Amino acid sequence: MSSFCRLVLVCLFFLFALSVFTPAPAVAQENPYFVAYDHYLEEPGNLEIEYFSTFGTQRGGNDFHAFWAEFEYGATAWWTTEFYLDGQTTFNESTIFTGFRWENRFRVLKREHFINPIFYFEYENKDGADKILKEGEGHDVESDFLVSNAEARRDHIHEIELKLILSSTFKGWNFTENTLAAKDLSNSPWEFGYALGASRPLALKAAAKRCTFCRQNFIGGVEMYGGLGDRHSFGLHDTSHYLAPVLGWNLPSGWTLRISPNFGLNDNSHRFLMRWGVSREITGFGSMVSRLFGGRK
Amino acid sequence: MRAVAAALAICAFFIAVTVVPGQSSDSGKRPAPAVPKYDPGSYAELQKAPEKARNRPNPLQSDPDAVAAGGILFEQHCAECHGKFAAGSRKAPSLLAPEVQSATPGTLFWLLTNGVVRKKMPVWSKLPEPQRWQLVRYIKSLGSAPAAESPAPKP
Repeated sequence: MSSFCRLVLVCLFFLFALSVFTPAPAVAQENPYFVAYDHYLEEPGNLEIEYFSTFGTQRGGNDFHAFWAEFEYGATAWWTTEFYLDGQTTFNESTIFTGFRWENRFRVLKREHFINPIFYFEYENKDGADKILKEGEGHDVESDFLVSNAEARRDHIHEIELKLILSSTFKGWNFTENTLAAKDLSNSPWEFGYALGASRPLALKAAAKRCTFCRQNFIGGVEMYGGLGDRHSFGLHDTSHYLAPVLGWNLPSGWTLRISPNFGLNDNSHRFLMRWGVSREITGFGSMVSRLFGGRK
Repeated sequence: MRAVAAALAICAFFIAVTVVPGQSSDSGKRPAPAVPKYDPGSYAELQKAPEKARNRPNPLQSDPDAVAAGGILFEQHCAECHGKFAAGSRKAPSLLAPEVQSATPGTLFWLLTNGVVRKKMPVWSKLPEPQRWQLVRYIKSLGSAPAAESPAPKP
């Protein structure tokens, strides 16, 4: 078993331990998206630990299973910061750790508006074997994934990614539009991409009793994402695009489960991706850290 | 390999700072929450609600389940900062204060929707509108604080 598999197992064990020992968890009200972002940030002082998987089919090569662990912290009510660890298994090849990301989202306006802009900044330090497909960008296509892990790992990528997230809520629906610009810090052109999403809880009113299977705990929707070329050849040619129904289930115990089958919309896309994820919100994490280091009791 | 070791160290750190305090609270050693100091400034945001928002009636005013549902929502989303009994904590002010209890339902709904981002009150528009109205019903149902829990008198 590779080191990264052990890491993932250890993190999952910690998640389980946290669910047993952490008192009075908050019920997360998470959106069901995997790629798109809405304008809701993590509550200040809360930490969300997440694990996501993507199983991907690969024409002409080996199928793969990419996964990432995510630690999302609400630094303030207008700033959320996240740290990712990425890895992947390519069947009949190997399981490898592919890098890390540090992401930040900033709320631009202090009040709620019809359209709410969020500014997003991310630094990625990964290798060429990264397959988590967290976004569609540039001219990324399915055939890029045919390169073996051993060869792809030789590429080291330092990338910055900027997004403008425009998100609205209307009659219980969330509509979001993300525009992406990414730049490999080597001598590569700016690349562009997009993600669109719409989602709605299955019921808008909360039930008057605690329940696991109440309709308000389920959020369904759809997202679509893909690349838009680069600075030299902007547009839809030689780009991949996906359409994905999404379903999220917010459990009263503080866990959130998500699942999403993704369908490639053109020949450059993987025909099918299956994503799923599990997350757990820990309230008052910031206060716990503060107490640990002798802060206010 | 160093990255994996660093990641493991991060995981260990998280478990240390989350599980250990959790266990200690179970054993009853956690100190009782301090009574928050009354600060009229904490409620200043309520005055900023626009007239139109202020006058919005609660569409769930006659819903018999609204208070119970709002109570569950309060416990899930608000009690962490405002306290289990809404009496406030170091993080957030009491919701039993006259400023809150005398505010119109529309004002409270407006505040929930917009948050007070600069003072760490999140935007709660992620909750659907009916759930925010249920929360408003619950908060208004709390009425005035009993003498023992009421905020300190104004200077």
